[in-house]
Amino acid sequence: MQKPVSMEEFAGVPLDELRACPHCDALHRLPSHVRSRAKAVCGRCGSVLIAPRSGAFTRIIALAATALILMVAALFSPFLDLTAAGMHSNASILDAAMAFSQGIMLPLSLAVGAFIIVIPVLRLLLILYTLVPLVAGRPAAARAPVAFSLAEALKPWSMAEIFVIGVAVALVKVAGLATVTPGPAFWAFGALVFVTVLQDSFMDKEQIWAAIDAGRAK
Amino acid sequence: MVTARDAGLVGCTRCGRVHHMGTPACNRCGAPLSSRDDTSLQRVWAWWWAGLIAYIPANLYPMLLTSTLVSNTESTIVGGAVELFLHGDVGVALIVLIASVVIPIAKFMAIAFLAVSINKRHIMGEHAQHQLFSVVEFIGRWSMIDVFVVAILASLVRFSVVATINPGIAAVSFALSVAFTMQAALSFDPRIIWDDEK
Repeated sequence: MQKPVSMEEFAGVPLDELRACPHCDALHRLPSHVRSRAKAVCGRCGSVLIAPRSGAFTRIIALAATALILMVAALFSPFLDLTAAGMHSNASILDAAMAFSQGIMLPLSLAVGAFIIVIPVLRLLLILYTLVPLVAGRPAAARAPVAFSLAEALKPWSMAEIFVIGVAVALVKVAGLATVTPGPAFWAFGALVFVTVLQDSFMDKEQIWAAIDAGRAK
Repeated sequence: MVTARDAGLVGCTRCGRVHHMGTPACNRCGAPLSSRDDTSLQRVWAWWWAGLIAYIPANLYPMLLTSTLVSNTESTIVGGAVELFLHGDVGVALIVLIASVVIPIAKFMAIAFLAVSINKRHIMGEHAQHQLFSVVEFIGRWSMIDVFVVAILASLVRFSVVATINPGIAAVSFALSVAFTMQAALSFDPRIIWDDEK
């Protein structure tokens, strides 16, 4: 973004054409156009403020739908299989979430289930609810601002990728004692994480909020 | 550098849109507006103490209960790392120590340091504080990995009487400690870092 120099520069500029950096409050004029793959960064603290990608909404929708399908596949197929001294044991992703379900640790099971399954799925659904009408050229969904705000607020609590690294650590820990065979759910969940990271790289908050705003005016 | 506050405006921290000072909520995304979050540091400290208190039982009580035909062992976070070390797995022991002890303690210290040193420029510049905050915010959620490892081990190692791993109560307090410190970082209003800049 252009580096603001003095107060006079902002005199008489309509509020619509100004943006404040959420991280340091520096005031900027909204650039008239930011190229796809280019970034507008805050002139003061360096935070990325705008990073549009062309065709982003269609891609986000495609990737979110893919991620939902992968999650269903991951939940309903074998996850890990353990063999030691001729004995077998296996666990699904739900089993991992329910590992704390005995007695007073039950709330932790619910939290783990929320972190690795419910919140990631909810975020995907909220993003689809927000973006599908906009791409289809219809007015924005009535609750699109609430839905997208919630999707953003839940972002730190969506921990599917941390779970995948957790699986890797657990595998290293049991590697010497037993043989672990990853099942289809393991690969589906890994792919899900990859697709989600890719989807997040297409998400530009300014672009989405501007589209919701424009979609509401119709 | 002109801030929204200097210009008599208030910026939305959720979507970046700018409004006249005194506007209660953003007209684009609906977020409540405030030029500076005055209660930010109070909430940071409240969550910080909650996180620190929850971190104590996380270290005193067992994280994993391993039962085999011959023995029952309970291992705490540090105890588990020491066992790995004595077993010869120095590398894995170090990783466990860094992920479960060094990073959480560093996180507590970093948040406290930010809250105490804010606007004390002889200690740390704005850019360095901004960087430190970004790192703390980024790394916070990754501590939950320990809880997931316990969940995976406990759900996987179930050879009836021969060998079974059960989760220990420390997993609950560790998860709470991570969630509370995440809340502490999320409560921090980074805009106050820059307020004294000329």
